[in-house]
Amino acid sequence: MKFAVVVFPGSNCDIDMYHAVRDELGEEAAYVDYRETSLKEYDAVLLPGGFSFGDYLRSGAIAARLPIAEGIREAAAEGKPVLGVCNGFQVLLELGLLPGAMRRNRQLTFICKPVTLEVANSRTMFTGTYGSGEQVTIPVAHGEGNYFCDEETLEELRENDQIAFTYTDDVNGSVERIAGITNRAGNVLGMMPHPERAVDELLGSADGLKMFQSILTHWRETHAVKN
Amino acid sequence: MKYEVQVFVTLKEAVLDPQGSAVNHSLNQHGYTEVEDVRIGKVITLTLDGEREAVDARVTEMCEKLLANPVIEDYRFEVREVAAQ
Repeated sequence: MKFAVVVFPGSNCDIDMYHAVRDELGEEAAYVDYRETSLKEYDAVLLPGGFSFGDYLRSGAIAARLPIAEGIREAAAEGKPVLGVCNGFQVLLELGLLPGAMRRNRQLTFICKPVTLEVANSRTMFTGTYGSGEQVTIPVAHGEGNYFCDEETLEELRENDQIAFTYTDDVNGSVERIAGITNRAGNVLGMMPHPERAVDELLGSADGLKMFQSILTHWRETHAVKN
Repeated sequence: MKYEVQVFVTLKEAVLDPQGSAVNHSLNQHGYTEVEDVRIGKVITLTLDGEREAVDARVTEMCEKLLANPVIEDYRFEVREVAAQ
């Protein structure tokens, strides 16, 4: 399976993403420059954390309006797994591939620590190897992770099972303690916590590795059916 | 003709503004207890060349496409003519 790690000016978790896929998952990964326009040759797209374009104007806003954004849209429309972590999540929101928007953390401080998440939906292609309701430890590192959506959108997220992860504690003021959501089709996931920073016990937790394993397992299953 | 456009981007009324709340709290602590609410937005100043009748539509488009996030933000702008250099 071949993963694309899209690199924007200001991305700083791209190497961690690459490491997670290449060294821990044992699959292929390639960095894709933000000036590229197509992601056709990849099976999955990873949008890493960081501060794309310095987070100027709004987090993720400038990144979401580049030509590569079309490649990301195409991959999403084709049903490929598209995972956006932290700034990658903000980019997905700005792309309109996921509903809602991000505000400054309620307590205004940058939060950088391991947090406990609950797997709210273990039936997605990103969470298949987790148990339903399983609690996992994955670090967060963000100043703008306070997820917002209106009541109507929240109702849709609930009804369509789009809430993938919630924080067990109120970490940043997010609506319903939401940590990660999927699109309606289930192939686009945005989350603020960093699974790529939790892929080995040496890092304090290997709980994030299961996410990459879930993507691979799902891909192998669907691929086997096609052949 | 050259124009200066000031775009004001603010969080929608229904959206909690953590920065505004913090500043409100601080003002109250400094004794400005009459302050009931603070909202923080941003001002984006554009200088552009164009025909006056086209400016509004162009700037509206810029706001919709990039400058504001319609999910949480409102915008308005003011156009003023500036002397050419």
